[in-house]
Amino acid sequence: MRTFFLERDFVEVQTPLLVSTLAPEINIEPFTLDTYSGAESRYLITSPELNMKRLLASGLDKIFQLGPVFRKGERGSLHLPEFTMLEWYRKKADYRDLMKDCELLLRAAAFTLYGDTSQILLANNKISLKPPFHVIRVDDAFRKWAGWSPLESCEPDRFDHDMVTIIEPKLPKDKPVFLIEYPAWQASLARLSPHDKRVAERVELYINGIELANGFSELVDRKEQEERFKQETARMLKAGREAYPRQSHFLNALDELGECAGMALGIDRLIMVVTGAEKIDEVVAFTPEEC
Amino acid sequence: MYDSSDLRKGLKIVIDGEPYIITDFQFSKPGKGQALYRCKLKNMITGYTIDRTYRSGDKFEPANLDEVHMQYLYNDAEGYHFMDLNTYEQITLTEEQVGEAKNFLKDNMEVDILFFKGTPISISLPTFVELKVIEAMPGVKGDTATGATKPVTLETGHKIQVPLFIEEGDILKIDTRTGEYVERAKK
Repeated sequence: MRTFFLERDFVEVQTPLLVSTLAPEINIEPFTLDTYSGAESRYLITSPELNMKRLLASGLDKIFQLGPVFRKGERGSLHLPEFTMLEWYRKKADYRDLMKDCELLLRAAAFTLYGDTSQILLANNKISLKPPFHVIRVDDAFRKWAGWSPLESCEPDRFDHDMVTIIEPKLPKDKPVFLIEYPAWQASLARLSPHDKRVAERVELYINGIELANGFSELVDRKEQEERFKQETARMLKAGREAYPRQSHFLNALDELGECAGMALGIDRLIMVVTGAEKIDEVVAFTPEEC
Repeated sequence: MYDSSDLRKGLKIVIDGEPYIITDFQFSKPGKGQALYRCKLKNMITGYTIDRTYRSGDKFEPANLDEVHMQYLYNDAEGYHFMDLNTYEQITLTEEQVGEAKNFLKDNMEVDILFFKGTPISISLPTFVELKVIEAMPGVKGDTATGATKPVTLETGHKIQVPLFIEEGDILKIDTRTGEYVERAKK
C-alpha cells in the first residue's frame, strides 16, 4: 500500500486521532472522551478527512494516511467499531482520477499477492481486475433493480434500506464495481456535478458485493459546506444527538483548497476480499470481544 | 427496554405479546447510511420463525422468562405432568413442548421449566442424566461393520448407540445436550 503511494510522490501523513470537532453526520456516531480535560471533551476520529484537507490547503499536493478510525455501534460481519482506513487526497483532480487510482491500487495489490495483476483468486470465485471496472450510476441501479428514482424523489430511509437489501446484492461480482453519481441529497462532502445539479460527484467502490471505498470530488465552496453542515446538524439535533463545535479550522482552510479529490478505503475489508474471508473477525489480530 | 445496539443472537424479546428468541442476526450499514439490524426470530411458544428488520432507535421489550424448578411425574394422553416441589402445583406440557427431552425423562427427575407470563413454554434438563439399559443385544467382538457401537434401549424407550461392552441392566450417563452416551454410571 505504502509503496504504491510513495512511488507516485504522495506524502504519508499522520493526523490526530483525538479531535475537538467532526463533520456532522447523522448516521455515524463517534466515541466521546469526557476525560480529555476539566472543561473539554474530545472525539475519536471517524475519518481523518477534515485534518487531511487542512494539510492539502497548507501546501501539500498529494497525501495519504493509513490508520485507525472509530465508529460507535458498528459491529457485524463486515463492521468493527475500530477499523483501519486508507485515505488519500489529490489536488487538481476529480473523482474519476480516484477511480483510476483504485484500479491501479487493486492491480498492484494483486501483483504483490499473486504475481499477477489480472485477477483476484478466491476459493470459489475469481474476480477479474482487467480495466475498465463496471461503472454504474446510482439512479440507473435504483430504477432497474428497486423500481424508483432517487433523483426524482428524496427518500433517505428507503434509499438506505434498498441499497443494503436490493442494490448491493445485485451488483456484479465478476469485477469490481464503481457506483457513481449519488443524488445531491446523499452528497456528504462531495461537490455537486457542474453538469447536473441533481447529482453529486461521489463514487463508491464495491468488490464482490462488499462496500470498500468512498470518494469525492471535494466540495471546496465554504458557503455551501457551512450550509450543508448546518442542515445536517439540524437533522442530528432533531434525532436527539448533540451538535459538534463549529468546524472553524476546517472551514477556514477551504478557501485555500482549490480543486481536489479524496478517497477513503477500508483496509480490513480489502484484506477480506483478497483472502476470501467471510467475516472481518478473520482479518484482525483481536476483535473487540477478545481484548 | 432494549435498544438496537443490544440486538444479538440469543436475545429474547416480546413481539405482539409473545416471547421470541433471535436465532440469526445481521448488522448491515452502508458507510454513510443508516444501520439495518436484520433478525430471524423464533416464537418460543409456537416454534415458528419470522424475519424482522430493525433500525437504530427502535426499542424492544425484554421477554422476561421465569425458570421454575419442577419434578417430572408421569405422562399420559394429556401430556407430560410436572409438579412444583414448593407449591405442589401441577402443570402439563404437550409432547411438542417437551420435544427431544421426552427421551430422557425419568420418573421424579428434577428439571427447570421456562414460563412466560405464567404459561409454561419449554423445558431445561440437567446436563447429564443416568438411565438404565432395558434391552441390549450382546455385542459381538470383531463386528467392525457397525463401527464398534450397537443400539440399546433405555428405560425411557429411547434407543441410543453405545460401545459393544454395554449390557442390559447397565446404568448409563447420557449428555442431554447431544443425546449421546458418555460413560457407565458409577454404581
